[in-house]
Amino acid sequence: MSLSESLRSVTSGARSVSRLGEALAKQSRSVRWSFGAICILALYLLPWWPNVPVLGWIVETPGTSFPSVLTDQVVIFVLVALGLNVVVGLAGLLDLGYVGFYAVGAYTVAILSSQHANLPWLLCMPIAVLVSMLAGVILGTPTLRLRGDYLAIVTLGFGEIIRITANNMHWLGDSRGISNIATPPSIGPLKFGVLDAKPYYFLGFTTILIVIFLLRRLENSRVGRSWNAIREDEDAAELMGVDTFKFKLWAFAIGAAIGGLAGSLYAGKVQFINPNNFPLQLSILFLAAVVLGGAGNMWGAVVGGALVAWMPERFRGFADKRVFVFGVALVLVMVFRPQGLIPRKIRKERWLESWKPSSGTALGSKE
Amino acid sequence: MKKSTLLRVSAIAVSLAFVTAACGSDSDSSVTEDTVASEVTEDTAAAAVDGVTCEGVSIAFFGALSGDAGNLGKNIRAGADLAVSEFNTANPGCQVGLVDFDSQGDPAQAPALAQKAIDDAGILGIVGPAFSGESKAANPLFDAAGLAIITPSATNADLNDNNWKVFHRALAGDDKQGPAIATYIQKTLAAAKVGVIDDASEYGKGLADIVKTTLGDAVVASDSIDPKAADFSAAVSKMKEAAPDAIFYGGYYAEAGKLAKQLRDAGVTATLVFGDGVKDNGFIEAAGPAADGSIITCTCADGASNAEFAAAYTAKFPGETPQTYGAEAYDAAKAFLAAIAAGKTDRAGVLEFLGTYDAAGVTKQIKWDETGEVAGNAVYAYKVEAGAIAVIGLIE
Amino acid sequence: MRDWLIYRTFWDLTVTGVALGSIYALVALGYTLVYGVLRLINFAHSEIFMIGTFASLITATNVLGLPMLEAGDYPYRTGFQLVLILLACLLGSMVLSGAGAVALERAAYRPLRGSGDQFGAIVLAFVTAFVVGLVFFDTPKSNLIFGIIGTGPIAWMYLNIFRRGRQAPRLAFLISAIGASTAITEAVAIWGPRDREQYQTPRVLEKKTLFQLFGTDIRIDYVIVIIGALLMMTALLLFVNRTRLGRGVRAVAQDVETAKILGVNVDFVILITFLLGGVMAGGAAMMFTLVYDQSKFNIGFLLGVKSFTAAVLGGIGNLKGALLGGIVLGLAENYGSALFGGEWKDVIAFVLLLVVLMFRPTGLLGESLAKARV
Repeated sequence: MSLSESLRSVTSGARSVSRLGEALAKQSRSVRWSFGAICILALYLLPWWPNVPVLGWIVETPGTSFPSVLTDQVVIFVLVALGLNVVVGLAGLLDLGYVGFYAVGAYTVAILSSQHANLPWLLCMPIAVLVSMLAGVILGTPTLRLRGDYLAIVTLGFGEIIRITANNMHWLGDSRGISNIATPPSIGPLKFGVLDAKPYYFLGFTTILIVIFLLRRLENSRVGRSWNAIREDEDAAELMGVDTFKFKLWAFAIGAAIGGLAGSLYAGKVQFINPNNFPLQLSILFLAAVVLGGAGNMWGAVVGGALVAWMPERFRGFADKRVFVFGVALVLVMVFRPQGLIPRKIRKERWLESWKPSSGTALGSKE
Repeated sequence: MKKSTLLRVSAIAVSLAFVTAACGSDSDSSVTEDTVASEVTEDTAAAAVDGVTCEGVSIAFFGALSGDAGNLGKNIRAGADLAVSEFNTANPGCQVGLVDFDSQGDPAQAPALAQKAIDDAGILGIVGPAFSGESKAANPLFDAAGLAIITPSATNADLNDNNWKVFHRALAGDDKQGPAIATYIQKTLAAAKVGVIDDASEYGKGLADIVKTTLGDAVVASDSIDPKAADFSAAVSKMKEAAPDAIFYGGYYAEAGKLAKQLRDAGVTATLVFGDGVKDNGFIEAAGPAADGSIITCTCADGASNAEFAAAYTAKFPGETPQTYGAEAYDAAKAFLAAIAAGKTDRAGVLEFLGTYDAAGVTKQIKWDETGEVAGNAVYAYKVEAGAIAVIGLIE
Repeated sequence: MRDWLIYRTFWDLTVTGVALGSIYALVALGYTLVYGVLRLINFAHSEIFMIGTFASLITATNVLGLPMLEAGDYPYRTGFQLVLILLACLLGSMVLSGAGAVALERAAYRPLRGSGDQFGAIVLAFVTAFVVGLVFFDTPKSNLIFGIIGTGPIAWMYLNIFRRGRQAPRLAFLISAIGASTAITEAVAIWGPRDREQYQTPRVLEKKTLFQLFGTDIRIDYVIVIIGALLMMTALLLFVNRTRLGRGVRAVAQDVETAKILGVNVDFVILITFLLGGVMAGGAAMMFTLVYDQSKFNIGFLLGVKSFTAAVLGGIGNLKGALLGGIVLGLAENYGSALFGGEWKDVIAFVLLLVVLMFRPTGLLGESLAKARV
C-alpha cells in the first residue's frame, strides 16, 4: 500500500530482469540471438504500443502525443544517458554540465543547415559530432587534471557558458533561436516531415542500437579496463602504468560526441531550437537518469534515461505536482537502492569465484 | 529468498493498483470536454430548434497553465473559457469543448503537445500558443496540419516572417509597440536622455532593441540583466551615473518590480517605462511605492474598461476581474465560435472563415490581413497611480 | 562609453559587490563545512537558504504582524523597535534554516550512510504516504491526514530496511541531494499561498545613506550586511577552532575512521556541521531579505550555484576561503557586468573560476577544514 512497496516491486522487477539475463547467458547462442532479435523488433514497434490492450494503457502518454514523446524525449534521454554514463559511470568523472555538449551538437546542425549555410542534415550530423567531441577535448584538457568535485562545478559552469553565449550572440541566433533546421533525408517510405514522428523514432532507435554496440566493444577493450581502473582508484591506476589523463580525456570526448549526436538528432526533429531548450536543470536531469538507472551499467542508463523522459509525460495528470513527486522518488530510490535500479555488476573474474570476500560491503549488493 | 516470490507478486499487484489510481486521477482532469460532448448528443434532439447544431467539436487552449508562467496562461484560458461557455449557453444544440494543452511555456514540450492537438480531429482551432518561443516550436506543425491558430499574447515581431498560413494574432506585434513606446518617451514625456535595460530574453530584448533603434542617439546608457538573479546593482549603477530622464525596461513584471525598487533605492528619479509584459498586478506588488508614476504600454486593450465584458467575466469567475490578454483570448475564441456557428466543421473551413472574418470584438475590430496580423495597430498607455494600473489612452 | 562608466561607478560597484559577496560567503560556508566533513556537495543547501528567506517573511508578517504597506508607504520602523524586529527576523531565519538543514541531513543523507534512524524513517515515510495520498485526494488537508496515518506502518518498514546498514556510493548522495532540493522547492511552489509568484517582505529599515566614501553613497543596509557577515564568520571560526565540539568537527574532517576510534560521535558531529551551515544560511537569508525584500520558491537555485562557485574559488573545505571566494566573486560579477554588460554576468563568474582553478587547482586558499587555524 505504499510507494516503497511499488518501488520494491520495480526493483525486484529489475532484479528478475537481471536474473533473466543470467539465465539467457546460459542458453545456446541461437536462443540468445533470437531472443535479442524479438526484443529489438518489439522496440522498433514501440510507437504502436498504445494500441495494444494492457501494455498500451501502461505506456501511453495521455495529454500528449506518444510517438512525439518517444522522439523528442525518450530517444534523446536514452542517448544522452548512454553518453553521460561513459563519463560518470565508466570513468567516474562527475559532469554537471553535460547539456553543454548536447547544445553544441544541436547548434552546430542549426547553424550549418539554417542560420549560416544550407548543408543537408546528413552532412551536418557528423560535423556536429566532431565539433562536440572537440568541445569535450577543449574543456577536458585544462580541467581533467582537477580533482573530482572541482570538475563538477567547472563542467556546470561550462554548460551555463554555452547557454548564455548562445542567448547573447547574434551570430548564434541569440534568444530568438534558430528555425527551419534541416531534417534528415527521406529514404523510400520513410518520410522525415513535420507531422509524422515515427520515422524519427526509427532513426533514433537505430542510432541507439549502433551506439550500444560500439560502447560494448569499447567497454571490453583496453580503454574500458583503464576506465574501470581509474574509477576504482585513480592513484593505483596511475601507478600501474595507466595514462589516466589520456583515458579520462577519451571518456570525456566520447561522452561529448554522443551528447552532440543526441543534440543533432533533436535539432533535426524539432527544426527549431533556442537557448531555453538547454537549461542547467537539464544537466541535472541527465545525471539523475544515469544514477537512477545504475551508474556504470549501460542497460541501467538506458532504463534510467527512458524512465526520466517518459514518467513526467505519463503522469501529466499530476500537472504541477509531478516535479515534486519526481524529487521525492529520487530521494527514495537513492535511500533504498543506492546503486540504481539496475546496478553495475562487478565483473566476476574466474579467480575471484573461488576467493569470496565478506559479502555485503560497500559495493556488493547482496540481492 | 523463498518468501520473496509471494512478496513480489503482491508488490506488483499493489504497484499496479497505484498506477491505476494515478491514471484515474489524471483522466479526471482532462475529461471535462468529453462529458460536455456526450451531453451534447442528448441535448441535440431536444433543443435543436434553438441556435446551431454541431457535434463533437472543440477548440483548444495552448499555453502555460502550470510552471513559472502559469498565471499568465490561466488569465488567457479564462477569457477563452468565458467565450465558450457563453456560446454553449446560447446554443444548446452545439456544445463546444475547450481542451487544454499545458506547455508550461517550454518550447521543448510544445511539438509533442501540438501533435496531440492535431491528432484530435475534433479540435478546429487553437487559442495560443501563448508565448513566442513555443510558437516557433509548435506553429510549423499546426501549419502542416492546416489547424488555425489565433494567439492572444505572442507579440514577437518576427513571428509572421515564417509564411505560416494558419497564423493569426489577436493583437498588434512588438514592431508596432516598440516605435509607439519611443514616441511616447520623446513626445509625451519629453525625455532627452533615455536609458534602456532588457532581460536578454526573446521578448524583452526584442522589444528593447526596437525602442533603442527608434530612439537613436537619445539612448545614453543601456544594459542587460539576468532575470533569474536578485541583484541588478551593475545596471542600477550605470543608470545612476548616466542620469537619464526616462528608463525603458523590456522584460516581465517580476523583474521589473525588483528593478524599479532597486533603481529608486539608489536614488534614480527617471520616469520608468515598461512594455506589455509588465502589465500585471504582480508588478505593483513587487515594486510597492516604487511603481508609482510608471508608464506601461500594451497593444492589449483594457478588458476591465469594457463594462459588459467585465460584468460577464466576474459573473463567470466570481471575485475576479479580467486580466492581461483575457479580453484578447475572448475575442480569439469568439472568432472560432463564429466559424462553428457558420457551420464550418472542418479545419480548412475554419481557416478559410477566419480569412474573411470581420467583427467587432471586445478589444478592437477583429479582421486579419493575409499575414495574420490584426488590422489596426492600437497601442495603449497605462499609468500606475496609487497602487493600480489605469489606462490613460491611445498612443498617437 | 562602457570604459568611462566603470571608472565613475567603480566605488558604487565595489560597495554593492562586497555586500552581495558577503551573502555568497555566508551561504558558501554551508557548502564548505559539509564538504570538509563529508566530501559531499550538499546540493540542497540552496533550499536551506530559501527556507530562511521565508522564515524571515513569516516572522515579520505572521508573528510580528507587520503590514506590507502603511498608508501607501513602506512600514518603516526606527530605533529600538527596529533593532528588535531585525533580531527577531534573524532568529527566525536561523532557527528554521538550522532545523531544515538538520532534518535534511537525517532524512536524505544519513540513511545513505547506513545509520538511518527513526527520525529519518518517519520523515521519509510521511513524504511517501503524502505522495501516495496525492493520487487519491485533491485537497492538501485530506492529503496531509492521509500522510500522517500512513506514516506509522511505512516508517516501521523503512526502519527495518535501514537496519541493513549499507553505505551508498558517493554519487547516490548527490542524487539524493538533488531530489531533496527539487522536492523542497516544488513543495513551496505548489502549497505556498502565492504559488510560483514572488513574495515580498515588509521593509522596516529605511535605506538611508549613512555617509559618503569616494563620492559614493554608503547605504545602511549594505553596512549591516557586511558587518553582520563578518561577525557571523568570526563566531563560526571561533566555534570551530576553540570549542570541544569544533575540535570534533575538525577531527572528523581529518579522518573519519580515526575520529571514530578515538570516541568521537561521528553522526552527532555531522549533525552539528549541518546545523552550523544551516544557521549561516539563515543569517544570509535574513540579510538578503533586508536588502532585496523579496523571496520566491526558486530563489535559492542560482544563489546556491554562485555560492558553491565561491566556495570552490576560495578552496572548498576552507572557511576563510569561503569568505574570500564570496567577496571576490561578488566584486568580479559587478565589475565584469559593468565592463561587458549584465547579460554576461554568469559567464564572467564561471570563467573566473576556470582561470583560478587552472593556476591554483585547489582554489585561492586551498586548504582543508581540518587544518583551519585562526
